[in-house]
Amino acid sequence: MTTEQIARTATRRFTGKPMPRKEDDRLLKAQGEFGDDTPVAHLGYLAFVRSPYAHARITAIDVSAAERVDGYLGCLLPEEVETLTDPYMELQGPPGDAEVDRCLASGGTVRFSGEPVVAVAGDSREAARDAAAAVVVEYEPLPHVVDAREAVREDAPLVHPQIGSNIAFDTLYDWGDIEFALEKADHVVEVDELHFHRFSSTPLECSAITVEYDAGVDTFTFTGGFATPQLATFNLAVALRHPANKLRVLSKDFGGSFGVKLNTHIPATAAALLSRKLGRPVRWTETRSEQHLMGGHGNERWFRNVKMALQADGTVLGLTYDALDDVGAYTRYEPLGGVIWTQVANACYQLKHLKVRYRSVYTNKGPVHPNRGYSRMQHLWLVERMMDIAAHRLGFDPVEFRLHNYVQPDQYPYTTVNGCVYDSGDLPLSLRKALDLIDYPGARRLQKEVAGTGKRIGIGIGSTLDSGTNNFGQARLVNAHLPFGGNTEGGLVKLGADGSVYATTGGVAFGQGHETTVAQVVADMLGVGYDDVHVQRGSDSALSAQTGFSGSYASQFAVTGIGAILNATKRLIREISLVAAATLGCTPEEIELADGTARVAGDPGRALPLAAVAGIVHFSPADLPADVAEEVGLVARSVYRAPFELPDLERKYGNLTLTYATQIHACVVEIDEETGHTKLLRYAMVDDCGTPINPMVIEGQVHGATVHGISAALFEHFAYDGDGQLAAGNFYDYHAATALDLPSFAYGNVVSPSPFTPIGAKGMGEGGGAPLHALSAAIQDALGDHGMVLESFNPPERVLALLRGLDAEKVKVLR
Amino acid sequence: MTRDITVTVDGKPETAAAQDRTLLVHWLRDALDKRGPKIGCDTGNCGACTVRWDGTLVKSCMVLAVQADGGTVETAASLSEEDGSLNPLQQSFKDHHALQCGYCTSGMLMTATDFLGSGEEVTEETTRRALKGNICRCTGYHNIVCAVRAAAGERP
Repeated sequence: MTTEQIARTATRRFTGKPMPRKEDDRLLKAQGEFGDDTPVAHLGYLAFVRSPYAHARITAIDVSAAERVDGYLGCLLPEEVETLTDPYMELQGPPGDAEVDRCLASGGTVRFSGEPVVAVAGDSREAARDAAAAVVVEYEPLPHVVDAREAVREDAPLVHPQIGSNIAFDTLYDWGDIEFALEKADHVVEVDELHFHRFSSTPLECSAITVEYDAGVDTFTFTGGFATPQLATFNLAVALRHPANKLRVLSKDFGGSFGVKLNTHIPATAAALLSRKLGRPVRWTETRSEQHLMGGHGNERWFRNVKMALQADGTVLGLTYDALDDVGAYTRYEPLGGVIWTQVANACYQLKHLKVRYRSVYTNKGPVHPNRGYSRMQHLWLVERMMDIAAHRLGFDPVEFRLHNYVQPDQYPYTTVNGCVYDSGDLPLSLRKALDLIDYPGARRLQKEVAGTGKRIGIGIGSTLDSGTNNFGQARLVNAHLPFGGNTEGGLVKLGADGSVYATTGGVAFGQGHETTVAQVVADMLGVGYDDVHVQRGSDSALSAQTGFSGSYASQFAVTGIGAILNATKRLIREISLVAAATLGCTPEEIELADGTARVAGDPGRALPLAAVAGIVHFSPADLPADVAEEVGLVARSVYRAPFELPDLERKYGNLTLTYATQIHACVVEIDEETGHTKLLRYAMVDDCGTPINPMVIEGQVHGATVHGISAALFEHFAYDGDGQLAAGNFYDYHAATALDLPSFAYGNVVSPSPFTPIGAKGMGEGGGAPLHALSAAIQDALGDHGMVLESFNPPERVLALLRGLDAEKVKVLR
Repeated sequence: MTRDITVTVDGKPETAAAQDRTLLVHWLRDALDKRGPKIGCDTGNCGACTVRWDGTLVKSCMVLAVQADGGTVETAASLSEEDGSLNPLQQSFKDHHALQCGYCTSGMLMTATDFLGSGEEVTEETTRRALKGNICRCTGYHNIVCAVRAAAGERP
C-alpha cells in the first residue's frame, strides 16, 4: 500500500481513527519516567544562587560558609564559566551580537532578578540548597529598566552597555503601499497603543536535567527536557568546546514544554561543568519559582501608532504599526520572533498593505523563550483586535465584517502580502459553525434581556491561524549570515530479528501522543496491528533518527515527523519486498503487505510472515541473492524535507511556513458590573487542521491551547514591579486556570486537507492564541464602545476600569 | 535531626531515614523512589503530589515525612487492578483522552478516586469543584471532567 493510498482510502484501519494512546498505560499506572524520577547512583544535586536585583554589579562572592555545610560537594563561579565556555550559537547579528550570555551571570553583572550567579552542588537536595543559601554575594545595584517603552529612550539605563542601546534588532517591513491606502481610504482608525502582556505556558513539570560525564570516553550524557535535541547538542558542543559526537541528549517522559524548554541547554551547561569538575553525575531540578523567574516568558509586545485603512463597504485595506517587543535581559532565541510573526502577516484577512517597524528591546526582566503561539499570536491578536475595534467604531456587524474580509475558500492557495502561501481552509464555514455552537442568536437575545440588571453579556469572536512547519530560511531575515534554509525531520523504522516493528522519530513528545500517531501510520503501511508497532519513548540523539532541526516546536509533527516516518516506512517496505520477492519467486512490485505478511498480490497463498522475512535477513542471508542481501538491513532511516526556497531578503518576501491550520473561537461571557468579574457562559472552538491522523489527539490539543489562552487572557500575568521584581513567582500569584474556572467546551471541526503535505495533515498544537482574541472581543462587546480593550490581559480590576471608560480616548476614527 | 520512620506505602511497610524538615513528597520520591507523587510547585497549589494519608486526601508537599511515621500512604501506584490492568477510573481517563503529558495524572487520579468514594453527587459542577486543587496545563480539564463523570456512571 502506498503512502498516497494510506492517505486517501477509506479502508485504512488506524490512520484517521481516535486510537487510544500508547503512552497512557504507563502514565496512568505511575510508571512514567520524568526528569526527576530516575534514580542515579552517586548523584550530586545542583542549586543556583540567584540575583535578587534586576540590575547590579557583583562586587564579591564568598563561598566559604557553603564549604562548611554538610554534604557540600563544590561550586561553579562566574569566572570559571567565562574561562571554560564559549558563547552559545545565537541568532542575532549586530548590534545584539555584542551581548554576552553565559549559564552564570557574565561580565560581573546581573541583568535580571533571578539570574543565576553561582551553581552549588551537594550530595542531597537539602545539602545543595543549604550550601547555596550560605553563599554570600555582594552587589552594587545599578539603574534598571523594566518597561520597553522607557528602554528605547535615549537616556535609558543600558542592559548591555557594549551594545550602545537597548535595541537588539530593528527592522522595517513594508509590503504594499499603506501610505497610499491611508490617504485614499474611506475610513482610517487610529489607536495610540495596545499591549500584549507577558505570560508563559508554565509546564507543570519544571525543568529537570541530569548530566553524567564519563571520563573514560570523554562523553557527556544529558537526560531531561530538551525540545530540540540536536540544536541543544550543537549549542552545548560550542559552549563546552566539546565534540558534538561526544554529547548524548536524551529525554524520556516530558511534562510539557510548549516551546519554553527550547533553551534548556543554558542551565544544562552549568550542570555539565559541575559534573566534569566533581567527577560524578549532577542533577538540577528546577523549582516552580525558578521556572517563573527564568524558565522563559512569552514575548511581551507594545503596538504603537496603529492605523487601519478601510473602505465604506467594510473592506479592510491594510494597517501599520510600530512594535516594541520586550525580550527581557537576553535574546537567546530572539530576535527570531521579529520574523516569525510575519508567517501570519495577513492574519485571517485579505489585507493588501502592511507596514511594521519592529524592534526587539532589552529590559531587566526574565528572558523570553518561544511560548505556544510564539510571536504569531501577538500579531494575530493585534489584527483581530483592530478588526473588532473598527467594527465597533464604524458600526459594522462583527460577524459580517469578518466574513467579508476573511480569505475566502476559493482563494486558496492564497499568497499573503509577504509571499507566504496559505494552503487551505474554510474560514466562513468555521465561523458559522462556531456561532452555531454558542447559539449566537440566542446569545444576542440574552444580551438584551440581561441589560440593566448589573450583569452584562458579551459575545466575542477570535479568528486565528496556527502556522506550522517553519522554513528556517526566514532566520536570514533577522541575520543574513545564518546558514539556514528549509526544514527537515528524521524517522527510523525497522524490523527486529524476530520481525517486530520498531519506530523512532526525531520529534520529542511532551504530551502530543507521538507514539500513538506514529504507530497508526506505520501499522497501516506495513499491514500489521496497531499493538504490533513499538515506538521509542522520548528521544535519544544517539539513535540517528534526528536531523539538525529535529524536535517539537512550531506546530509541525503531523507534517515533518509523520512525513519522515512515512518515508522511512516506504524504504522498509521496499526492503521487505526485495526479500519476499526473492523468496517467493516474484518481482518486488508484486508484493503487498497485509495481515503481518508480505504476500504476492492476488495470490494470498504465497505469503511470508514478517518474522520470516526478518529471520532470513538476520540469520540466513545465504538464502538471498547477493545483491538483495547486501542492500537489505531492515533498518530504514529517512528524512522528510519540506519544499521551501530561501526568501528574498531584500523584499522580505517568500513562503515561511508550509501549513496554516485555522481556529475560530466564539464565546459568551457575563460581566459583573460591580466586581468586574468575567464568567464564561459558553465557549466554542472550530478547528481545521487538514486530514486528521488521530481526531481525539487533535481535539485534546485544541482544548489545551484554549485553556492556555483563556487563562492568559483572564488570570496569568508575569508582571514586574518598578524595582524589577517579578510579582508572580509561584502559582498563588500566577493563577493557572483550574477546572473550576472553566466551562465545558463545544468543539467542532472542518477538514480542509493541505495540498502541500504528505497526507494532507497540518501541524496544529500551538493553537494561535484564539481565546485571547475572543475574550478581548467579548469584553469589548459587553462594554459597547464606552471603554476600549487595548490590553490582552483583562482581570477584574481592568474590566472595572473599562466599565468606567478606560482607554476610550486612545482610539480615534480619523475619518 | 534525622531519624528512621516507617510508613505503609501502597500496602507495604517501608522504613527509611527522614530529616525533621523533609516533606513527605520528598521522602516518598527520594528515599523510596516512588514515582506517583510529582512536584509541580513549591506552595501546595498544583496537586501533582496528591496522595491519601491515613485515608485522607493530602498534598504530600504539605505534610512532613515524620508526621506520617507509623501511618499509611496510598499513591497512584496503588490504583491498578491486582493483575496490573487499569482500574475503571484509569480506563476512563484513557478512553476520554484525559491526559497528555501525564505529569499531573497521578495526583488527578488520587483526587478523583477520593471524590468518587466520597458519596457526593457527581455532576459537572461538583466534579470541577473537587478537581480545583489539581492543576493540569495540557488538557484544559474538559476531558478529565468527562472521564471522572463517566467513571461514576454518568453520561457527561
